[in-house]
Amino acid sequence: MSEKFDVIVVGAGPAGNAAAYTLAKAGINVLQIERGEYPGSKNVQGAILYADALERLIPDFRDSAPLERHIIEQRMWVLAEDSYIGGHYRSAEFARPPHNRYTIIRARFDKWFSDQVQKAGALLLCETTVKALLRDVQGKVIGVEVDREDGRIYADAVILADGANSLVATRAGLRQDIRAETAALAVKEVIFLPKETVDARFNLSGQEGAVIEMLGSISQGMVGTGFLYTNKDSISIGIGCMLSDLKRQHLTPVELLERMKAHPAIAPLIAGGEPREYAAHLIPEGGYDALPQLYGEGWMLVGDSAGFVNAVHREGSNLAMTSGQMAAETLIELLREKRPATAANLACYRARLDASFVMKDLKKYRRLPETLDRQRQFINDYPALLNQAAHTMLRVDGVDKRHKEKEIFNAFRERRSLLGLLGDAYQLWRATR
Amino acid sequence: MPSNVQAQVEKKLYLNRYRVDAGRPHIKIKDANVCATRCTAQQCVVCCPAGCWSSESGRVSLITDGCLECGTCRIICDEFHNVDWDYPRGGFGILYKFG
Repeated sequence: MSEKFDVIVVGAGPAGNAAAYTLAKAGINVLQIERGEYPGSKNVQGAILYADALERLIPDFRDSAPLERHIIEQRMWVLAEDSYIGGHYRSAEFARPPHNRYTIIRARFDKWFSDQVQKAGALLLCETTVKALLRDVQGKVIGVEVDREDGRIYADAVILADGANSLVATRAGLRQDIRAETAALAVKEVIFLPKETVDARFNLSGQEGAVIEMLGSISQGMVGTGFLYTNKDSISIGIGCMLSDLKRQHLTPVELLERMKAHPAIAPLIAGGEPREYAAHLIPEGGYDALPQLYGEGWMLVGDSAGFVNAVHREGSNLAMTSGQMAAETLIELLREKRPATAANLACYRARLDASFVMKDLKKYRRLPETLDRQRQFINDYPALLNQAAHTMLRVDGVDKRHKEKEIFNAFRERRSLLGLLGDAYQLWRATR
Repeated sequence: MPSNVQAQVEKKLYLNRYRVDAGRPHIKIKDANVCATRCTAQQCVVCCPAGCWSSESGRVSLITDGCLECGTCRIICDEFHNVDWDYPRGGFGILYKFG
């Protein structure tokens, strides 16, 4: 196979599919390479689909995409050992079409997305792992080498959408490897329950869905979060923690997941369900300061391989799609004007990203990973303090309320000191402003 | 890893679909002596979500059949870089039905 394409896209996740779709739609000769048996077979996500990013690519996606439920309620829980305190936002507005967010099952969704890519005219090569990048004497990327006989395929440019590990880019020396400090491991289970049971447990009807994002005791002192998402007739539940924390403790990921599932606030929501799959995946959570160089001579990074994850808002697939689209649009412009995909010419990929929510959001939270890593009180102290405060205030036991307030304040001051409390408020403000 | 935890992992992996590339493990320990004599933490055994790594009297061994291809072992072995990690050949390995 010694063929030449305009563009090669490595990977068929949201970033790769968005890139390949945009290119193919513009009539560009694009080859997409996927190592799985089918697109989605290697991909893992919670998963929430943010409609906006997809709508910009495929405005009528709702007519054919395999969507589970549209989300009408978001819950945010801060958990202690046997309690949680939290906020719920539920809105009739979210129930009205066009819906803004959906739960999806990635293996099904990715297959659908890939079908659209192929219908648009891209060639998809599955069951094929890219081993290396091909370069000319000047070092410009001119194609890929795959694990097939005569596996050299050439292109004017290569878009790397090869996921969190980004082995292809790393081995080619285009980027530093991800590190334990910048990556989280998430494990997840899909638990099946009858649709009526899911509806009843979350107060839903029709295609309405609810999601819960969680932090606190479930991460066992590690920087991490948990999630529970309602699908049509199943629940996706999972937990992710930073690898740098995971490697300093003695609980296995399975134990973490099982402990979370056994929490008294969570167990009843999944009771009686039948787990049908167990998955694990890395998430690049280093944020803005961990971003690699995003483009170079003949190449661009998109999606997870570029580290585009907004961990605070649990967004990633939308950043992936948007970055894939922007990388493709950059190339479309160059190809139309018959300009080569040099680093200088690809710089407008970065400019497009900078002008978009992708970089703006990553910049906004750039200090947060470091703050959470160093300021352990946000993980170790506050969840318990908040839960205890609620418990003290809500328990009716003949103690007057002013006394209770004092008790709560003293608990905070004892754990964090007055200056500590002020400092923490400042740290949190600074990390998220 | 305690046997009850190992059983929990196996029960979960049993739910998954794999196409195992028999006789061609995609992850290898570069030098087993490094694990046995220099690495005291052996966190691969703890952190692998698929329980692929085990340790018996200090010797670490690896069976990749249940691997979820996450890359955790590759990243956390950052002191000795003793993991030779690759993806399975195209089409082999984990096949997520839901993902």
